[in-house]
Amino acid sequence: MATKILFEKLDIPGIETYEVYRKNGGYTSVEKALKTMSPDEVTEQVKLSGIRGRGGAGFPMGMKWSFIDKASGKPRHLVVNADESEPGTYKDRFLMHHIPHLLIEGAIVASYALGANLSYIYIRGEYMWIYKILEKALAEAYDNGWLGKNILGSGFDLDLHVHCGAGAYVCGEETALLESLEGKRGNPRMKPPFPAVSGVWAEPTVVNNVESISSVSWIVNHGGEAYANVGIGKSTGTKLICASGHIKNPGVYEVEMGMPVEEFFYSDEYLGGMIDDRPLKAVIPGGASMQILPTQYIFKTANGDPRLMSYESWADGGKLTGSGLGSGGFMVFNDTVCIVRNTWNISRFFHHESCGQCTPCREGTGWMEKILYRIENGLGREEDINILYDIQSQIEGNTICPLGDAASWPVAAAIHHFREEFEYHVRFPEKVKNKDHFRNEPMDKVRHLINSMAVS
Amino acid sequence: MKEYTQQINFTDELKARIRELISRYPAEHKKSALLPVLHAVQDAHDNWLSVPLMDKVAEILEIKPIEVYEVVTFYTMYNQKPMGKYMLEFCRTTCCAIQRGEDLMEYTCNKLGIKPGETTPDGMFSVVGVECLGACGYGPMLQLGDYYHEHLTEEKIDALLEDCRQGKVNLH
Ligand SMILES: Cc1cc2nc3c(=O)[nH]c(=O)nc-3n(C[C@H](O)[C@H](O)[C@H](O)COP(=O)(O)O)c2cc1C
Ligand code: SF4
Ligand code: FES
Repeated sequence: MATKILFEKLDIPGIETYEVYRKNGGYTSVEKALKTMSPDEVTEQVKLSGIRGRGGAGFPMGMKWSFIDKASGKPRHLVVNADESEPGTYKDRFLMHHIPHLLIEGAIVASYALGANLSYIYIRGEYMWIYKILEKALAEAYDNGWLGKNILGSGFDLDLHVHCGAGAYVCGEETALLESLEGKRGNPRMKPPFPAVSGVWAEPTVVNNVESISSVSWIVNHGGEAYANVGIGKSTGTKLICASGHIKNPGVYEVEMGMPVEEFFYSDEYLGGMIDDRPLKAVIPGGASMQILPTQYIFKTANGDPRLMSYESWADGGKLTGSGLGSGGFMVFNDTVCIVRNTWNISRFFHHESCGQCTPCREGTGWMEKILYRIENGLGREEDINILYDIQSQIEGNTICPLGDAASWPVAAAIHHFREEFEYHVRFPEKVKNKDHFRNEPMDKVRHLINSMAVS
Repeated sequence: MKEYTQQINFTDELKARIRELISRYPAEHKKSALLPVLHAVQDAHDNWLSVPLMDKVAEILEIKPIEVYEVVTFYTMYNQKPMGKYMLEFCRTTCCAIQRGEDLMEYTCNKLGIKPGETTPDGMFSVVGVECLGACGYGPMLQLGDYYHEHLTEEKIDALLEDCRQGKVNLH
């Protein structure tokens, strides 16, 4: 049986309610931490666990906590990032929907470790019914003495509230999120200063993802070492993977880090393989910001090792033959999917979501969207493909926040791995006028056309 | 641009809700309540925010009107013109797009005789294309009010429109 950390209690009927959650050992980590551990001891266990942030960047959580500026004496805050807007990602919603008290419990323990007396859960505005679930769960936590003044007689006070956004992907970026929490437009801030020194209202703040914070209770209950014993190398513990696209069993799965991708993909316990037995064409393993991979690099790395569910393994091969675990948004495409159309769709997304502060991102994402649109609709030119490459390389690394990179990598990877599809679009415009072109006639059926034509 | 007028009404219930929202932030950072307050105000005012309504929010939070306009124009969920009573927001991003989400949005538009972004003349329905709503494994999907409708098909859309017409659909 694979270790379950976040889903340990998920199957218990009624676990979404306070009573059942509490009866099944809920909130014991708060008791343990507040009664028997100092804040630094909690942080130490989280460090020992080796857990890395689950929001996408994978920064070690315990290390982040230890950076919080306690010396200044300013009020400190934990802000849970429940903005979840990375295309392909829906794990945080799943957790908050099915076991909301797990997040609240983790947030109390994390706030205790950070010495935060006022913390927030920032949830995207579209998740309005989850926002209401959290409001209710928070009220229950207050009523039962887990929040408020002098919790469990420990002298520790904590107010924890939920705050909602209003539709802006960029607010998932932690400094944009803090601006948004202050009631402003979601424009990312220049770093430094980092939030650990100057966060919400210029006070020291730690921002962590829902999945990261939901793991804290298990770590405190079982010890950091027990957590570190799960997983592989520097990818400790488990990861939630949300799978979508052309597979038999879409859904949210908790996998032990280190599980072979092939097993995850084909076993009936997980994705169950391709739906309708159509051939697999590509996978984006970690949300739309991550590079798309063609079949030959999904189950094996470039040097032929099995690809594993871990940060290191997905990244193996760097930008040429690797990708990233990212947010765990695992998207599977069969041979009816047009990579050009898909890349256009993703570029359109990033253009729409760019906050507009940096010229390369604001303009570049728009240019890429336009060029991809024209290629997809049979109006592209041969040189467009290299222009795309050029634009993406000029966005990369030249922006305030990583959204610029996130917008440029998928385009580079799509051209790198699927150049022939771009060429096909440019050279056979009549064939791609209908948007379902690959549904009717997959690439495998038309590849010979490109090969028969002299490359200019 | 067409001018629309809006009936402004801060019921006791809405005022109490706003007070509760404001109480979640330190007194000196009242502005922090802006996004949640705008949601509450918009929900209580037929799902849109006119300039006089935004000005009223500024007054309540003791900030400048421009600070409210800045926010309303940045975030996609605030509407600056009246929308249909039932606003169907179709996800048009990757996973929904490959599962015929675009076709279903087109189907709905054709059925209602409108284009994306438009509202039917009787004010009943609007259709809007939005970005990934975090339901990627259950697509194609749309949002209506606070709720998601997943695994959409033509038949499901027909039934949903009919339920809306008969007043059987809860938005909040
Ligand atoms: C454009 C952009 C969008 C992001 N969206 C999210 C998000 O929706 N949820 C999230 O947890 N992190 C998101 N992040 C990452 C956050 O900036 C931050 O790294 C994370 O919340 C830290 O938490 P963690 O260390 O627990 O992962 C995003 C980053 C960028 C650049
Ligand atoms: S990279 Fe894009 S989203 Fe990020 S700050 Fe610059 S313009 Fe805004
Ligand atoms: S792609 Fe449609 S909900 Fe995520």
